[in-house]
Amino acid sequence: MKYLRLIVANLLRSKRRTFLTVFSIAIALFLFCTLRTVITSFEASLRASQATRLVVRHAASLVFPLPLAYRERLAQVPGVTGISYGNWFGGYYQDPKNQFAQFAMDVPTLLDLFPEVVLPTAQAEAFRSERTACIIGGALARKYGWKLGDQVPIIGTIFPGEWRFVVRGIYTGQTKDVDENTLFFHWDYLNESLPEGRRNFVGIYWLRIASPDLAASVSGRVDAIFENSPQPTKTETEKAFQAGFISMIGNVQLLLTIIGSAIVFAIMLVTINTMMMAARERTREIAVLKTLGFSDGLILRLVGGEALFLSLLGGALGCGLAALVFRESDFTAGGFFPNFRVLPETVLLGLLLAAIMGFLSGVAPAVQAARLEIASALRKVA
Amino acid sequence: MASENGTLIHLRDVHKVYYRDRIEVPVLQGINLDVHEGEFLALMGPSGSGKSTLLNLIAGIDAPTKGEVRVAGESLGTLKPSRLAAWRARHIGFIFQLYNLIPVLTAYQNVELPLLLTRLSSRERKKRVLFALGLVGLEGRAKHFPRQLSGGEEQRVAIARAIVADPTLLVADEPTGDLDAKNAAEILTLLKRLNEELKKTVLMVTHDPHAAERAHLIYHLDKGVLQS
Repeated sequence: MKYLRLIVANLLRSKRRTFLTVFSIAIALFLFCTLRTVITSFEASLRASQATRLVVRHAASLVFPLPLAYRERLAQVPGVTGISYGNWFGGYYQDPKNQFAQFAMDVPTLLDLFPEVVLPTAQAEAFRSERTACIIGGALARKYGWKLGDQVPIIGTIFPGEWRFVVRGIYTGQTKDVDENTLFFHWDYLNESLPEGRRNFVGIYWLRIASPDLAASVSGRVDAIFENSPQPTKTETEKAFQAGFISMIGNVQLLLTIIGSAIVFAIMLVTINTMMMAARERTREIAVLKTLGFSDGLILRLVGGEALFLSLLGGALGCGLAALVFRESDFTAGGFFPNFRVLPETVLLGLLLAAIMGFLSGVAPAVQAARLEIASALRKVA
Repeated sequence: MASENGTLIHLRDVHKVYYRDRIEVPVLQGINLDVHEGEFLALMGPSGSGKSTLLNLIAGIDAPTKGEVRVAGESLGTLKPSRLAAWRARHIGFIFQLYNLIPVLTAYQNVELPLLLTRLSSRERKKRVLFALGLVGLEGRAKHFPRQLSGGEEQRVAIARAIVADPTLLVADEPTGDLDAKNAAEILTLLKRLNEELKKTVLMVTHDPHAAERAHLIYHLDKGVLQS
């Protein structure tokens, strides 16, 4: 502790250089936390998916709907204990940048099939009984300041026009992984408002099965039933569906890991260069300290400590800023990452990375300083 | 710390050779020297005669090519680097020509540096630092940075740093070489006081015959050979 003052004094020697180094480390760790949070958000959505729920969609693409008439036949498949359905609405609130997920859902079965959506009984009743009612997640309510009874106008993109919904419920997630940034409204309301030719089509069916062990057999049976129909189906577990949805944008995890590593590596080289420069400039001072009796080991720790201190400071700033920014801004990337929160584990990982960066960037200058020969160092610069 | 006959510094057949572009440059040739505890010795000689090299060998910051250097009871050639550093911290107070204060530390913090290596509490360290600064007449300049001090004041801070840990031996390499006559006289008076009042053994390298006059003994080095 008594040497901390010495470390801090040396770091403040060139305030601009120290600031720029800390700033670049902070930026690198901010980006690392952001990229890492993309991955953890994906993982959270996978965790939130239920093992006893299957997703049935058009075999060709999510873009093509399935007939509502499939509902009765799906309900009769052995192993299926519940069914719900809905359409991705794809609208925005006031401005195209205010995007979040909206689903037109079969309300009578919604809360039964999705127990992770927790709604007070009175609000559930109010939602069921009003055609233009909607329910919203707690995070969404906080973000836009919506309250029960508010009218929410949503501009449709897939289903053009302005759609007005009355907030009759604000749901919470059963676990922290459950998305609270979604708006659910009546599928019937949507269906009745469409032109005749577009009515009675469903984007996705959700099937509840008695046991996760039945997933493969039920999926196989469902797809076999509609194999030769004009709208063949693809049935899979909710988790597989989510994973497939994510993989549509490529091997995200690998891509983000590569980008994150490249950023951190580049900044580490900058830090090494800075520390080498800082140590080289102080050759005479290091020689003086050694003359006073500072051992090679202590010099090594002092110079290495500077690099570590610098990196941890930058790391704490970058990680802390990422956590703060994404908590305060309720960032969801247009509803694509409904749970975009920097987790404590990510912050810890970032700080660990900063410590490793500090250690690696401090090794070379610290060893160089520790090996310095006093007499020749004093002679060179005297 | 001295031997039974009071010898603090004992050098026998000390040689030092430097290599410049593989060319052998002998700096010290067969130096024999004994300095007793409490003495004030001046080492004179022209530039390149090996004065500073000899001082560095005695202070344990350089090693001889050949010969024995025994100071304060230790044969320095046998000490490992970490023990040699601890030995320097305990026995040597070094005063440089260019003061060599750490620019980012205040006078107080500069003087405190050698005490950081001890087990003293911060309270005890403070007491000693203020005592040392008082001894050199700079108690009022404790919070000043080196850039806020004159050359003479900087050298006095450096002397306070050299004596704060109560070392056995003070070594001064041209301590007045960068000062005007008035400041140089003050520094020499200070060294003389430290020798007489605190009984510190002082070994001073100097070009200046007036400075050397303050010492009990004057040795001359010429082309690496010592002449009394």
